Amino acid sequence: MAVGSAAIQRQRPAPPRRGGRRRVLREMRKQWSAYLFLSPVLLLFAVFTFFSVGYAFYLSFHQWNILEPQKPFVGLDNYARLLEDERFRQAILNTVYYTAASVPLTIGFGLLVALLLNNQIRARGLFRALFYLPVVTPLVIASIIWKWVYNGDFGLLNYYLIKLNIIQEPLLWLADKNLAMPAVILTSVWKSVGFAMVVYLAGLQGIPEDYYDAAKIDGANGFRRLRDITIPLLSSTTLFLVVISVLGSFQVFTQIFVMTNGGPLGRTRTIVWYIYQTAFKNFDMGYAAAMAYALFALMFGFTLLQMRFLRREVEY
Amino acid sequence: MAVLVGEQRRQLAARSGSLRRRQQWRAFAWNAVIYALLIASGVLFVAPFVWMVTASFQDVGDMFRWPPSWIPRSPSFDNYVDFFAQERIGRYFFNSAYVAITVTVIQLFLASLAAYTFAKRRFPGRDALFLVTLGTLMIPGQVTLIPNYVILKHIPFFGGNDLLGQGGHGWLDSYWGLIAPQGASAFGIFLLRQYMKTIPDDLLDAARVDGASEFRIYRQVVMPLCRPAIAALGIFTFTYQWDDFFWPLVIVSNEDLRTLPLGLALFVVRNRTVWDLLMAGSVIATLPVLIVFLLFQRHFIRGIAVTGMK
Repeated sequence: MAVGSAAIQRQRPAPPRRGGRRRVLREMRKQWSAYLFLSPVLLLFAVFTFFSVGYAFYLSFHQWNILEPQKPFVGLDNYARLLEDERFRQAILNTVYYTAASVPLTIGFGLLVALLLNNQIRARGLFRALFYLPVVTPLVIASIIWKWVYNGDFGLLNYYLIKLNIIQEPLLWLADKNLAMPAVILTSVWKSVGFAMVVYLAGLQGIPEDYYDAAKIDGANGFRRLRDITIPLLSSTTLFLVVISVLGSFQVFTQIFVMTNGGPLGRTRTIVWYIYQTAFKNFDMGYAAAMAYALFALMFGFTLLQMRFLRREVEY
Repeated sequence: MAVLVGEQRRQLAARSGSLRRRQQWRAFAWNAVIYALLIASGVLFVAPFVWMVTASFQDVGDMFRWPPSWIPRSPSFDNYVDFFAQERIGRYFFNSAYVAITVTVIQLFLASLAAYTFAKRRFPGRDALFLVTLGTLMIPGQVTLIPNYVILKHIPFFGGNDLLGQGGHGWLDSYWGLIAPQGASAFGIFLLRQYMKTIPDDLLDAARVDGASEFRIYRQVVMPLCRPAIAALGIFTFTYQWDDFFWPLVIVSNEDLRTLPLGLALFVVRNRTVWDLLMAGSVIATLPVLIVFLLFQRHFIRGIAVTGMK
């Protein structure tokens, strides 16, 4: 036993002190298999993430077309072009529109469904599965189904809206410049409410029942319990969902590609759609890399902002 | 005095009875509202889904008809038969399954190995390497998309390339290209590490005393204890990979390598009107993830709790 614990001691040494370079080397030799275990993932990260990020930076300073042998250095020209590119500006506005609408709708509806399901109700598992079904449906398939739902001549949506007397004439949802983006947003909300719901359900389970009992004794009604206990205690869950959803929304692409392909009149062109077009249709990869960096900066800034903004709310 | 007390008690009992009745009624009304909301939104949520399944068994003529029929008039498998005949859907299906399964297996293996190393071993540079791993989570896929395309094109000795990666198409248009860049997942490593940290060190030390190698400890002690986390991550990875569209779209131009989502999306873009066949294809593409979801529903839901995604 004593021998055994000595062996364990040797396995986990105290952190090396300053000047112990030789000890560090000895330790590294002894723990060689740790590096071996990590080497596959580190190699993949090194090539496809870290080298890649640097290479994207390099590309963004060149007029880099994969079909042309000459790839001249152009300095900051690609970034300067971004500032004047009307289409890029439109893509940013469209992406912000998409994000500003789809994130609150998804999270709000997800919270509502989670609160409803958090009661003592029958067939809870069934309901949960119903709302989660769109999450597991592949995005391409969801887009195809909804493209049919929005169909101007035979779509389900027009049929039921006319029947309920909400509209008189069939609408061309995906071909109307004002309706196309809301239609895409609705599809995305449908697709991701289930995810928000499940995350909120997990969060709700973490709230101790005592809090509600105490509030009941103090005479707080259901609405006040929701406002003063549930929602504040779910704020870290909300923060998580907001960050994840905003970052996801900034990268919206598949729905656009399948349902509208950027149309009508460029009203559903988003940043990633535009990057794709520029890089893989026009092969203007240097410029597209500059766009990708602009998107990166935008996402990074937004994350910092959200963290700061929402952290304050967590400390209620 | 005693009578008075009895009278009071009776009054009190009557009052509390009516209170209870009011409470019961309120609870009943509240429940009715909850069920109404849940059923209404639940129906709206599955409607597009049900429609897809119905339409896939219908004749085109019946699909293009108002009012929409929710029960097929003359159900048949014709759409499925036509779909398989027209498109190389079997091939797409195989590609999707092959890529999704391979990526899942590789990711789980590499991520669990790395997670074990980060969670349970001490070695110089551990924290720095872990930070580097987490750092990859900050980088959006769009930034690495274009350079990765160029990197794949220049992988030496593949796809007609020479030593310097010139002359051919490298890993573009190949399973290698579809699989290799997805092999490492920082998210998976982080998640499994969090889970493995909860395993008591004593267990591992006991195995070390017995002279087990680190790999054996990983395989025979740690992995069996991590089954719930591995299952959750595996399901998550598989669905994510099955769903993946952007990467295949970018690197695949050979029709034989199209995955199911890619094949269907290009089908929509090319033939705008073949809705009957599309619905059949959509059902086929949804089935595997649906089955996985229904079989492992508990893991799905628990996975989110287990992984600390809250």
